Amino acid sequence: MEYFTIVISAIFVNNIVLAQFLGICPFLGVSSKVETAIGMSAAVVFVMTLATIVTYLIQNYILIPLNIGFMQTVTYILVIASLVQMVEIILKKVSPALYQALGVFLPLITTNCAILGVAILVIQKNFNLLQSVVFAVANAVGFALALIIFSGIREHLDLVDVPEGMKGVPVALLTAGLLSLAFMGFAGLVK
Amino acid sequence: MTQWKNFTKGFLRENPVFILLLGMCPTLGVTTSAINGLGMGLATTFVLVMANLVISLVKDIIPNKVRIPCFIVIIAAFVTIVDLVMAAYFQALHEQLGIFIPLIVVNCIVLARAEAFASKNTVLTSIIDGVGMGLGFSFALTILGGLREILGSGAIFGHKFIAGDGILIFVLAPGAFIALAYLIAIVNKINKSSI
Repeated sequence: MEYFTIVISAIFVNNIVLAQFLGICPFLGVSSKVETAIGMSAAVVFVMTLATIVTYLIQNYILIPLNIGFMQTVTYILVIASLVQMVEIILKKVSPALYQALGVFLPLITTNCAILGVAILVIQKNFNLLQSVVFAVANAVGFALALIIFSGIREHLDLVDVPEGMKGVPVALLTAGLLSLAFMGFAGLVK
Repeated sequence: MTQWKNFTKGFLRENPVFILLLGMCPTLGVTTSAINGLGMGLATTFVLVMANLVISLVKDIIPNKVRIPCFIVIIAAFVTIVDLVMAAYFQALHEQLGIFIPLIVVNCIVLARAEAFASKNTVLTSIIDGVGMGLGFSFALTILGGLREILGSGAIFGHKFIAGDGILIFVLAPGAFIALAYLIAIVNKINKSSI
């Protein structure tokens, strides 16, 4: 039940993009086509889960025993950057098909603040390892859901007659606002 | 380009938020009030200036191939400093901004200036660029925060001047997107008419 609450809360109630504002850059950047949105989402699910596990272990078995908790930011960003690089190299060797699909999105993920954000949130919320994994997967699914819905809407926006000044980014942000409003309907679903 | 132009470009012409659309996460996430926006802006300004300063100093020593990881470590070091200093002296603000302080490290604006400007220019020019860009960022965040605070709770910098509740939606998440959408549209209009 506890895990169920974590999942529902992360996907719908406190959606990482629409309610917590993490990962806005890819949300606005790669959302003009549904296909690229799906590719990006898959890459995020993969890296976010892996990064959360690795940073969780580093936090609890290296940083805390050595009493160097203040190194958190520096360590995490380095770990995430090298992890992304490593995943890219391994994928290229092991599964060229998957690499083809995710390849272009992997380097972009290093600067996706959702990855670092979730890694830090997990520590702040005092989750254990299993809870952390569930939380990371749920947040990644939430990110994917928001990104794919948004890109679907944006594809249609191209065909609509938008006032001159609102074209491009403003109307995209406005759409995101309405989407966020819709997600607020889930508030109160879990405590 | 004169130093003055270099300094002022961050406000409207190359404003990081309104024109370059960099650093959107903290822009949307912390601007529930003008003071939060200003605090976040100044914290980012410090990181920007210090990172630009150090990177322009060491740019000739760093091998080209590993420059991005080096930049990130330098930026992360200054973010840690800001995080610890704010936790010690501005505790209330630190709690308000929460996770967005460590996340300055992945704020694209800092890395973008390091890569696009500080790695190619002299120390003085880089510092001026950092100050200008940082203040432009703070300016944008304060405006957005102020707007949301006025509309959402009828107050500015915590001083209430309209009785009763405001339009609650503007302090909540959707308000951030909607307010920023209109602000960008207005800035686009201003920039177009000044050319």
